[in-house]
Amino acid sequence: MTNTIHTTAVTTKKDWTSDQEVRWCPGCGDYSILTAMQLLMPETGVRREDTVFVSGIGCAARFPYYMNTYGLHTIHGRSPAIATGLAMARRDLHVWVVGGDGDMLSIGGNHLIHALRRNVDLTILLFNNQIYGLTKGQYSPTSEVGKVTKSTPLGSLDTPFNPISVALGAEASFVARTHDMDRAHMQEVFRRAHNHRGAAIVEVYQNCNVFNDGAFAALTKKDARADMLIPLEHGKPVRFGANQERGVVLDDGVARVVSVADVGVDALHVHDETAADLSVAFALSRLADDRSSPTPIGVYCAVDRLEYAGAVDAQIATAQADRGPGNLAELFTSLPTWEVN
Amino acid sequence: MIDTKEFLPDVREVERIIVRFAGDSGDGMQLTGDRFTSASALFGNDLATLPEFPAEIRAPAGTLAGVSAFQVHISDHDITTPGDAPNVLVTMNPAAMMAELPRLESGGTVIANSDAFNQRNLAKAGYQTNPLEDGSLDGYTLISAPMTDLTTQVCKDLGVKPRDAQRSKNFFALGLVSWLFSRPTYPTLQWIREKFAGKDAIIAANEAAFKAGHAFGETAELSASRLAVRPARFDPGTYTNINGNTALSWGLIAASQKADIPIFLGSYPITPASDILHELAKHKNFGVRTLQAEDEIAAIGAALGASYGGHLGVTTTSGPGLALKGETLGLAVSLELPLVVIDIQRGGPSTGLPTKTEAADLLMAHYGRHGEAPLPIVAANSPSDCFAAAFEAVRIAVRYRTPVILLSDGYLANGTEPWRLPQIADLPNISADFATSPNALNEDGEEVFWPYMRNNDLARPWAVPGTAGLMHRIGGIEKEDGTGNISYDPENHQRMVTIRDARIKKIADSYPPTTIEGDLDADLLVVSWGSTWGAITSAVGRMRRSGQKVARVHLTNIYPLPNDLGGILRGYQRVVVPEMNLGQLSKILRAEYLVDARPISKVEGQPFTAAELHHNLLEMNR
Ligand SMILES: Cc1ncc(C[n+]2csc(CCOP(=O)(O)OP(=O)(O)O)c2C)c(N)n1
Ligand code: SF4
Ligand SMILES: [Mg+2]
Repeated sequence: MTNTIHTTAVTTKKDWTSDQEVRWCPGCGDYSILTAMQLLMPETGVRREDTVFVSGIGCAARFPYYMNTYGLHTIHGRSPAIATGLAMARRDLHVWVVGGDGDMLSIGGNHLIHALRRNVDLTILLFNNQIYGLTKGQYSPTSEVGKVTKSTPLGSLDTPFNPISVALGAEASFVARTHDMDRAHMQEVFRRAHNHRGAAIVEVYQNCNVFNDGAFAALTKKDARADMLIPLEHGKPVRFGANQERGVVLDDGVARVVSVADVGVDALHVHDETAADLSVAFALSRLADDRSSPTPIGVYCAVDRLEYAGAVDAQIATAQADRGPGNLAELFTSLPTWEVN
Repeated sequence: MIDTKEFLPDVREVERIIVRFAGDSGDGMQLTGDRFTSASALFGNDLATLPEFPAEIRAPAGTLAGVSAFQVHISDHDITTPGDAPNVLVTMNPAAMMAELPRLESGGTVIANSDAFNQRNLAKAGYQTNPLEDGSLDGYTLISAPMTDLTTQVCKDLGVKPRDAQRSKNFFALGLVSWLFSRPTYPTLQWIREKFAGKDAIIAANEAAFKAGHAFGETAELSASRLAVRPARFDPGTYTNINGNTALSWGLIAASQKADIPIFLGSYPITPASDILHELAKHKNFGVRTLQAEDEIAAIGAALGASYGGHLGVTTTSGPGLALKGETLGLAVSLELPLVVIDIQRGGPSTGLPTKTEAADLLMAHYGRHGEAPLPIVAANSPSDCFAAAFEAVRIAVRYRTPVILLSDGYLANGTEPWRLPQIADLPNISADFATSPNALNEDGEEVFWPYMRNNDLARPWAVPGTAGLMHRIGGIEKEDGTGNISYDPENHQRMVTIRDARIKKIADSYPPTTIEGDLDADLLVVSWGSTWGAITSAVGRMRRSGQKVARVHLTNIYPLPNDLGGILRGYQRVVVPEMNLGQLSKILRAEYLVDARPISKVEGQPFTAAELHHNLLEMNR
């Protein structure tokens, strides 16, 4: 159980596909996320046996069964905590965490924020379909106000979470958003998240075609994307639109969408994903407070910060260097002792 | 190390003494008691201690709620409890007198800091008149000393400020008690110097106060009250005075060393379990990883995740935390992974009596999960036995791939007794025996790995990530017998529920035969578990010395129960079960064996005394 990272011979998508029959509803957005992952993994060069997918409960959380890796399907909401223990024990592994918006932000919200703040080396994928899929269609902590579901026949009253804002508020060191309609984008964002040292979280807009069909269509359908998705690219002015005619400025700390013609290119905010101060990333996350406004996608922040499991191991190494490896005889005599003959 | 020179001819020898130190939380009574204990341990007495603290960190000074006490029983022979009624009570203020005097044996000795018995403090404690002066203590031997004043005086010459000097008054009390009981002084003086190294003023003040207390005894003509307790006869070996939580932590470390798998502790602070987290966090050089998690659910989750990765997952808590861990325990039962869950029980329900002891979580440990979710339960019986109990819990968890609940309680956690250090080579080996290769053939005749194939113990392989060729996916959904694939098949579920039940019951095959102590031909059998061991040992001893016949069995493995227990129980006319709950083990024994097991209950937040048990058992033996 040494902590060395192995790389392996060339693998293909098939090598990463388990023998289990996939049981999501036909047309579910989860399929394309799975494909993106199975296509990405051969490119990373990591070994399957060094990869673990940990999940909670929900449709999204069935993900590990379909990857030909180690997989742990646990209980509702607890996967970030369980994965934290695994990643702390085994720094040689690549630990992924997969869950839905209910799993990660409702029952597991506490574990999610603490995993992010500790910055354990985990790659967390939050499949946000703004609904409870597995329990057949109740509203979720990301559902919009007024949502009519079986549990809210007169419309929901709760203000939703913006998962990106939550993650940034929890001091996450890597935060990104992608969506299930763009495999190449997903793959790229997953790759970036995977390469990040520390806790990385990716919100994936995912369509539940059974209980919340088209929740993100206004943003993600092909002909809407240019106008509704704002690609975040490190070191570049934040611009979008079919002709790059719109952009984002920071106005007294608040991000606003403007017409480039009105303000000029130089006035646009230049994205810096490495900024240690997360307040600009937070401002960007506030741009989209409903699904009718343009939404930034891509990497909001990728900050280098002390990784937890490595820091724990460093303390162990220091203790062993200072005091030598543990010795039971010394331990037992560390309190005052006396001899009886 | 035993300095018999300190035995003086004018000192009356006794077999044992029980001293209780009581004062305000800020008076340093725990430290004073602890020091007296250490000096007695080094002197060679057998001993047992029981600290008792208030639930509040700083309850209002001088009030009954703020009284903190420490009882120590020292003896020249083998003892198993911190004693019943104290022979000597040290009271640092009126509240301590009010709260603790009723415990003192009639005619016992009261030592009081007379300076604290002023109008204000008397009123706060509810006294109309001063008990040191109104004759109400006439039946006792009263040693009244102006401790605050005398301490301030001796400190004045040392340049210590009066406010700081007052803090040393507990060392005055310690000095006085040390003189009364002919304790050697050097361990305390040496300890003061080491503990406060670098703080010369504090060293000087504490030493001066200690010596002043000692001198007070000599000069105040208290010789008539002076007693000595000879060293006890111990088996040869090296001894240390240890409390339950430390012994438990060391047991975990020792077992992890023997199994050659590192400890991963996930924990959320809670009294009286936090000290295990503190202790384990000190021993990172053993490769121990500790995570102070965001809550108890995360704590057990992280521990389970670490176990999945091949570490020894451990989580420590008390009752309220165990309640939170229930769902994850169910997952651990389903995943069949090693996990040690430690519950240091305290008074419940809810916040209950957080600093007091109770043993009322047994049924929760047994049944506190949904579905049929059996798991083994181990209980410690004395502070030093926490070492062996922790070792046993790890042995079962690792060998049988199962979560184990280890029960201790607040009394064991904080109580101390001498412990003979084990020989490291004598500790049993534990083998993690990780899976390294495929274990089945699929329909095409290819070698595959089935995570739910079982060995003779009905345990499944522990195949940790990183092992090539053994990739598998498991979870809390019912698994097909053998392959471990998801299965909703009705017959498979029945089979898996039955296997999970049988595999835990099978653990009993690994126990040694149950020991029956006392009179095998008695009518009365006392059955017990946990920290009642000491008081029962003492009470049964008293009965037998007075010619009564009685047998006793004490259980370490509470689930599954020993295979020979049913036969033993049926061999006695009467079975009684003293417990610090309303009869939880007796309920289990009745259900399991159809025997008329009668509970003896105590739920006062304090352990049974030997005297009350003796009384109860005599009633039962009529
Ligand atoms: C302790 C517990 N409470 C409730 C449930 C029921 N439950 C299962 S999945 C789920 C919500 C799933 O929603 P989400 O996490 O958004 O995942 P999705 O199915 O939408 O992918 C709920 C409430 C459960 N399995 N366990
Ligand atoms: S219920 Fe929705 S989220 Fe779940 S599998 Fe079906 S389509 Fe996908
Ligand atoms: Mg959902």
